[in-house]
Amino acid sequence: MSDNNIKMASEHLDFYYGDFKALHDVSLQFRKKQVTALIGPSGCGKSTYLRCLNRMNDLIPISRVEGKILLEGEDIYNTSWDVVSLRRRVGMVFQKPNPFPKTIFENVAYGLRVNGIRDKSEIEKRVTESIQQAALWDEVKDRLQESALGLSGGQQQRLCIARALAVEPEVVLMDEPASALDPIATQKIEELIHELKQQYTIIIVTHSMQQAARVSDKTAFFYIGKLIEVGDTDTLFTRPRLKQTEDYITGRFG
Amino acid sequence: MDITQDEYQDEYPEKEQKATGKAAPEKTVKARYGIQEAATRLQTRRAAKQRMIFFFFRGAAIINGLALFIIVFFMVKNGISAISWEFLTQVPRSSMTQGGILPCIIGTLYLSVGAILVALPIGVASAIYLNEYARPGKVIRIIRLGINNLAGVPSVVFGLFGLAFFVIYLKMGVSILAGALTLAAMSLPVIIGATEEALKSVPDTYREASLGLGATKWQTIYRVVVPAALPGILTGSILGISRAAGETAPIMFTAAVFYTPKLPDSIFDEIMALPYHIYVLATAGTDIEATRPLQYGTALVLIALVLGMNLIAIVWRSRLRKKLK
Ligand SMILES: Nc1ncnc2c1ncn2[C@@H]1O[C@H](COP(=O)(O)OP(=O)(O)OP(=O)(O)O)[C@@H](O)[C@H]1O
Ligand SMILES: [Mg+2]
Repeated sequence: MSDNNIKMASEHLDFYYGDFKALHDVSLQFRKKQVTALIGPSGCGKSTYLRCLNRMNDLIPISRVEGKILLEGEDIYNTSWDVVSLRRRVGMVFQKPNPFPKTIFENVAYGLRVNGIRDKSEIEKRVTESIQQAALWDEVKDRLQESALGLSGGQQQRLCIARALAVEPEVVLMDEPASALDPIATQKIEELIHELKQQYTIIIVTHSMQQAARVSDKTAFFYIGKLIEVGDTDTLFTRPRLKQTEDYITGRFG
Repeated sequence: MDITQDEYQDEYPEKEQKATGKAAPEKTVKARYGIQEAATRLQTRRAAKQRMIFFFFRGAAIINGLALFIIVFFMVKNGISAISWEFLTQVPRSSMTQGGILPCIIGTLYLSVGAILVALPIGVASAIYLNEYARPGKVIRIIRLGINNLAGVPSVVFGLFGLAFFVIYLKMGVSILAGALTLAAMSLPVIIGATEEALKSVPDTYREASLGLGATKWQTIYRVVVPAALPGILTGSILGISRAAGETAPIMFTAAVFYTPKLPDSIFDEIMALPYHIYVLATAGTDIEATRPLQYGTALVLIALVLGMNLIAIVWRSRLRKKLK
């Protein structure tokens, strides 16, 4: 595949929380319109890695990054990069649904408003589209002016996805988006990921092998801060190259 | 588990039911190591201990409520006879032994509102800076130390500071402005403290969600963090101001005068104020004994005003909370 199919990549990425080195020399590439799953035992650095990709770790004062992360070939940790615009282009869905204490409508409109869209009908149109895209429309169309905190956990998570999609990011990062959800809500979100793939580059952290197998094109296996193996999901799950990977996906540790 | 059972069940009906519901089948299982007996023996002692501790805690809480009740009751009993329409709407007459206390009510209201207008923006801005922007370091530690110590400064010192700085140095004279500024300075640490607490209670997940959508730090603060913290900020601030509004010392050199029949028409006018009026009537009036009912009446009005402000704060908070839900 040619180079311009690569949306995002990390090159020799090291990450530190103070003196603790949480990521060791991680190099990974993410292709356009593909879903990449990050798997690995708890504490191996999946969330840390994901949060490097939109510089969310900047909020942690003691943290430090070495190496490069490229978005369309440009290093996002370069001092000239505008973090705010980066975060619009690289959206994020968090592990726990975290809607604002605002109405359902305002939650989705928020990203539009802060990014300078004023036109009322434009906002309305985009809010509607995003909620539809997140497969939530039928459940909330009559209660858009009610508080988002009144939704169920699964609905809240889809609202958070709608909120992330509203600002039209190019990459969507998802940190265990279904970990707090029941099987039905989980299935909805997985179907949604399939839909979104047509348009977005998606990177998803998951603890569920089945989920990784179902939704992703590529899978990357992390262990204690290192990228152990990455490959096509089918291959990685059926014929892993390394013993460590095999042990993990067959449930022998982690 | 005799009387205790009932007592306990009153307070935690569902919990106790669960516990007994669980305990029943366990008895059929042969308890190992006699743990069942040990637990039963311990249970009686534990329950008694818990009962005793709760008794003290409940007592402590009741004393609190009682104190307020006694104060209010005492004021009402002694002061209610003085309260009349005339008392609330007239100026004092006959060397303040007759007539009403309208100038004092208005004076205290002006001072409180003035103090809020000054202290709220400054206090909230400081708290936002300290909590949201400032990187922890030496400078911040020193600022915090300053704020904490400011909270411990006696009110009379604020009064003298107001006299020296606002009244004399800044040439404001004895005026509403000088008094309001002094009260504002006095309530700043409370407002900053309350605001910081409120900001800290806003979960970081809100901040992350907002920043993750491409909002700037400032947009995040004023669109998400401050609205979520607003109930706490407002109540804390109003409680702080209403506390200050009842003080005599900060205004006696800066804003309030012994007697003025004229209602203020600019912020540079001197005024009468409720706390100072009580102080004057009770210590330096022309006929201290004869004006006792007036003193209590004035105190009653002051308490009503302060409680009223607190009530507004509480109602406001619960409204805002509902809106956020
Ligand atoms: N804010 C922080 N400060 C210091 N250390 C941290 C911080 N966040 C995470 N760590 C450490 O970094 C390592 C990686 O954590 P991370 O959250 O990335 O793991 P994870 O793979 O996402 O785990 P999980 O699957 O449980 O979510 C862990 O050892 C963790 O203790
Ligand atoms: Mg994680």
